[in-house]
Amino acid sequence: MSSRTNISCLQEAARVAIFGGTHGNEMSGITLVNMWIQNSAEIERNRLVVKPFISNPRAVEKCSRYIDTDLNRAFTPETLSAPDVEGLPYEVQRAKEINQMFGPKGSSDAYDVIFDLHNTTSNMGSTLILESSTDLFNLQMVHYIKKALAPHTCSVLLNEHPQLKYSTTRSVAKHPIGLEVGPQPQGVLRSNVFESMRTILKHALDFIQLFNSGVEFPPCTVDVFRVQERMDYPRDTNGNITAMVHPHLQDCDWEPLNHGDPMFLTFDGRTVLYEGANTVYPTFINEAAYYEKQQAFMTTCREILAANAIRKACK
Amino acid sequence: MALLFLPGLARVAVCGGTHGNELSGVYVVQEMERQRKEKGECAWPIPVKTVLANPRAVKECRRYIDQDMNRCFNIATLSSPITDSSPYEVRRAQELNKLLGPKGSTDAIDLICDLHNTTANMGLTLIHYTTSDWVTLHICKYLQTKITKVPVRVLVLDIPISDAYSLESVSKHGFSIEVGPQPHGVVRADIYSIMKEAVDLTIDWIHKFNSGMVFEGGDVEAFEFIKSVDYPRDPETRSLTAAIHPQLQDRDFCLLKRGDPLFLSFSGETVKYEEEEPLHPYFINESAYYEKEIAFHLGKKMTLTIPSVQVQKD
Repeated sequence: MSSRTNISCLQEAARVAIFGGTHGNEMSGITLVNMWIQNSAEIERNRLVVKPFISNPRAVEKCSRYIDTDLNRAFTPETLSAPDVEGLPYEVQRAKEINQMFGPKGSSDAYDVIFDLHNTTSNMGSTLILESSTDLFNLQMVHYIKKALAPHTCSVLLNEHPQLKYSTTRSVAKHPIGLEVGPQPQGVLRSNVFESMRTILKHALDFIQLFNSGVEFPPCTVDVFRVQERMDYPRDTNGNITAMVHPHLQDCDWEPLNHGDPMFLTFDGRTVLYEGANTVYPTFINEAAYYEKQQAFMTTCREILAANAIRKACK
Repeated sequence: MALLFLPGLARVAVCGGTHGNELSGVYVVQEMERQRKEKGECAWPIPVKTVLANPRAVKECRRYIDQDMNRCFNIATLSSPITDSSPYEVRRAQELNKLLGPKGSTDAIDLICDLHNTTANMGLTLIHYTTSDWVTLHICKYLQTKITKVPVRVLVLDIPISDAYSLESVSKHGFSIEVGPQPHGVVRADIYSIMKEAVDLTIDWIHKFNSGMVFEGGDVEAFEFIKSVDYPRDPETRSLTAAIHPQLQDRDFCLLKRGDPLFLSFSGETVKYEEEEPLHPYFINESAYYEKEIAFHLGKKMTLTIPSVQVQKD
């Protein structure tokens, strides 16, 4: 079989959106999108339309993660089909609006690509978040971005977990990509984090322009971290946390955590060890927004995903 | 050196959660209350009152509900009449003034230690509103000698007590313990442990002082607040046009000289420090100060000479 038969021909990615402010206190994306709404020169590319968009303007105004409910969990089929009634949570109304503007989710009218810009208090560096291990366009784009950023590193998180996967704002598009850069406190704009996110987007848009112009991207592999499990803090019967992430685990996102390694430190000084049988790679360690979601960190395992060559489909 | 005799400190309070999302203090107070349940009053060598200052904000993990409570303790606000539309924090400040004060009176508690976190890289910083409280300055000196894990600095504001607006000004010898960097809404084990150590050493000093130990005077290096600097903003929209420069970020208490970078604009220009007088920046990129239009404060280094002290016998 000749190698030419293994090229996947994919539809042109003509409509691209960049979302900032899905969480109203994650400042890099908010600042970038507002800047590009004022002056879009930097994000313009031949052969595609790029729309910068503030997804949760009321939360941005208030500099809080959300008003009523987390927008980035609100794109479920139930929420998107909720009838228009009085008293709908703000983010549910907003999700429906976004689905109309950039979707409908799952239809052929949906935007081709949405980049959703986030920050985290975790020491995750630059991270790209994928929701599917078989989206060839996304895998090739991620591969291109990583190569362009080198020697700076960029981790790739894959959340395809049946229970832990959630309905993100970007999931409205055919090719959703999350950009997560940290560490950065909520409500703070750090110059280095801002510039990292800006550079990732530059490379991403370059890729899409190249793809749309007919460039063929050869087969590639992508090292990813696949979400396994959510680990909560030890809590008392009232639900209050009784321990903190251990100093040896704090800031060690993407580093191996082995059986017997320290995991939590109680307020009165006792260490709680990781008891899992296999080595895992924790991430989202001590993210501020996840205390209320019962998550101290997520465990992942390393995997190598393979992607076919891709090329824009001829009309 | 002359020895100054000062009254002992019989009544002491440790306050956490004045800002509800500054979590080290919330958990230090919680842990102290757990220790009190377990060991009774012998948990510490002296009786200590523990207070969760802004419980509604703590519950919601927010800095405040209606307004910043740590700006509500000036005499004008403490004596303003309460109506149905009074902000929650003004009511709560007046409750705390009843509980721990009244501010300025002889009934006021002897010492309040108010626990805070900052997103700025300030290590352990002790903040006090006057340059002449020998008890508080001796505690600062003691912490500076005993704590070696992080730099320990002293900040003084020098404003009259009636204008002092923060919680610790309610007591006779109050100060704030500020530890950073920590994002709001996060509790870091390393930051928690620094704060706990600072509280334990404060209690330790008071116990030693009350027991008659002489504390030698000497020089204490401190920083006095001079002014604050805002971010560059768009004149119409007031939104930021620059971020703290990467060469200034995390360099709290460095010496800023003319020509040093302050901000990096989104279009790539560097905004520099233009003043003649070298000063020390701190609270660099504190999340809660964006709405107060403060990118950082500038302070002048000074040396305070404090006398030797000993508790006066009745």
